[in-house]
Amino acid sequence: MEIDRQTVDYVAKLARLYLDDKAMEDLREDLSQIVGYVTKLQELDTEDVEQTAHVLPLKNAFREDMVRQSMDRDRVLSNTDYKKDGFFEVPKVFD
Amino acid sequence: MELYEYSVYELISILEKGETNSVEVTESIIENIDKRDGDIGAFLYVDKEGALKAAEEADRLRRDGKSAPFLGIPVAIKDNICTEGTKTTCASKMLENFVPPYDATVVKKLKEAGAIIVGKTNMDEFAMGSSTENSALKKTVNPWDFDRVPGGSSGGSAAAVAASEVPVALGSDTGGSIRQPASFCGVVGLKPTYGRVSRYGLVAFASSLDQIGPFARDVEDAAMLLNVIAGYDKMDSTSVPGRENYFLDGIKDGIKGFKIGLPKEYYGEGVSSDVRESVLAMVKRLEGLGAFVEETSLPYSEYALAAYYIISSAEASSNLARYDGIRYGHRADKFDDLIDLYARSRSEGFGKEVKRRIMLGTYVLSSGYYDAYYKKALKVRTLIKNDFDRAFEKYDVLISPTSPTVAFKFGEKSNPLEMYLADILTVPVNIAGLPAISVPCGLAGGLPVGLQVIGKPFDEKTLLKIAYAVQENTGKLKPEVK
Repeated sequence: MEIDRQTVDYVAKLARLYLDDKAMEDLREDLSQIVGYVTKLQELDTEDVEQTAHVLPLKNAFREDMVRQSMDRDRVLSNTDYKKDGFFEVPKVFD
Repeated sequence: MELYEYSVYELISILEKGETNSVEVTESIIENIDKRDGDIGAFLYVDKEGALKAAEEADRLRRDGKSAPFLGIPVAIKDNICTEGTKTTCASKMLENFVPPYDATVVKKLKEAGAIIVGKTNMDEFAMGSSTENSALKKTVNPWDFDRVPGGSSGGSAAAVAASEVPVALGSDTGGSIRQPASFCGVVGLKPTYGRVSRYGLVAFASSLDQIGPFARDVEDAAMLLNVIAGYDKMDSTSVPGRENYFLDGIKDGIKGFKIGLPKEYYGEGVSSDVRESVLAMVKRLEGLGAFVEETSLPYSEYALAAYYIISSAEASSNLARYDGIRYGHRADKFDDLIDLYARSRSEGFGKEVKRRIMLGTYVLSSGYYDAYYKKALKVRTLIKNDFDRAFEKYDVLISPTSPTVAFKFGEKSNPLEMYLADILTVPVNIAGLPAISVPCGLAGGLPVGLQVIGKPFDEKTLLKIAYAVQENTGKLKPEVK
C-alpha cells in the first residue's frame, strides 16, 4: 500500500514531530511497507467479533476518596531547569 | 569457580553458611564487569560505590541475625525501570539525564528483599527493537559471538547474565523483549502473566502488553526472582490480587503426565531448520520423561504480528505523547512558541525507530483509519486469545522455538519489517496476556537455541517445571570467556 507524502506530513504534525525531507521520504517508504503488511488483517471477517482492549476481566478500579500524601514538590520539579516559584515554567500559551 | 559465576541459590547457601559475605560477592561481580563489560557493553551505568555500600549493609544485617530472600544478592535492572536517585534513560537521548524521584515497585521489592542493585542495563530505545541496535547510548554485543546482536529489547540484561557479570537481572517484555534476548544469549528469560508483576515505575511502551520479568542462568533463579517481584500493587490497578505463589514449589517434581501441544504454525516456514530440529529433539526427550505430546493448531497465528504492531504502536504513540520537554526529558534550547517547543524537543530527543513507531501509531489511530486498523486489530486480538483458550482446554502448555533463528549479525536486518518478523513467535503471547519462558535447549552452529514454553494465565509454576526439565536435559551452556 502506498502512503502519500501529504499523509506523512499530516501524521507528523499530529505527532508533533519535525522531519526533514529525507526523513519524511524514508518514513513514507517504511510506513507504506508496514501498513501494507498489517493490511493483511482485512482478510478476516470480524463482523461479529468483540474487541479486546485488555486481557484481564477488570472493571473500574475504585478506591476510597481519601487525602493522601503526594510526592514532595521539590522532587516533582527535580528533572527540569525551567521552574519558578514552585511551578513548571512554560512559554506563554495565550497572547 | 569464581564467586561471580555462582547462581543465586548457590550464593544464598554459602552466604547463609558464612563461607563468604556479600562484599566479597559484590567485589567479584564488579571485578568481572570491569574485565568484561568493555567488550560486552551490557551496562549503561554501574553503581560500584552504592553496590558495595549496600553489600556492607546486607552483611551487617546478616550478622545481626536478619534474613531476607535476596539478602546480599547482586541484581541488574533494565534501564526503563525507575531507580530513585539513579539515572533511568531508556537508552534514549530524550531521557539521557532523567533521574527518577521514586523507585519502581519491583525495585522497591528487590531492595526490601535485601538485593543489591549493581547497575542499569542497555536496551533498544524505549524498548522498541529486537537487537539492542536501537540504543541511542551504547552498543551491546552477544557474549557468544561479538559480531552478533544480543537480541532485544532487553539485550543488556541478557548479555550481562550470559557473561556472568551478574547472576540475575530484570527486563521487560512487550512482544518478546525478555524471551528473545534470553534465547539469543543462552539464558533463561520469563515473561509473567499480564497482571502478575506491578508495572508501576516501568516506563510505559504499550501498557496493555508490557510486563517486567526475570533473566537468570538457572530456572531456579528465575523462579526465585519472580517470587520477589510478583504480587498485587495498589499503584498498578492492572496488577491482580490473590494470586500469590511460591514458584520454587515442586519445580523438580518432573513432568510425567503433562500434556504438551506443539502449535504447527510455530514450526513452519521462516523458522530455520536447525532451530526447529533442536527444539523438536528436546520435545522428544520430554516425551521420554512421561509427557504427552501432540501437534495442534492456533489458526490465527499468522495475523498476530500485524495485530501486535498496530496495537503496540498505537499505545506507544499515546504513551510517548508525555515527552513534551516541560516536566522532564530533553528540552530544546531554541523555540518560537509552546507547540514549537514540543515538536523541537521531541524531534531532537527521539531516535529513528521511536519516531517510526509513533508515526505508525498516530496513523492507525487517526480519523479515517481508526476502524480499519486499530479497531480491527482489537478484534483480531480476541480471535488470537480464543485460539489459546481453546488450546489450553486440552494442553497444559504449548512449546515452540522462542525465535525463528539464532542470534543474527549486526546490521543484518536493515529494513524495519524484516526486524519486526524476528518477533513472530513471541508476540502472540503478549497479545493474549499469557506467561511464557525461554530456556536454552541446545546449540546450533555454536549459538544457543531457546525453547519457548507458553502457559495458562497465572500458571507460571507449570512453565517453570517444564523449563527445569529442559534445563536438566540440556546441560549448562556457557559462552567461552574471551
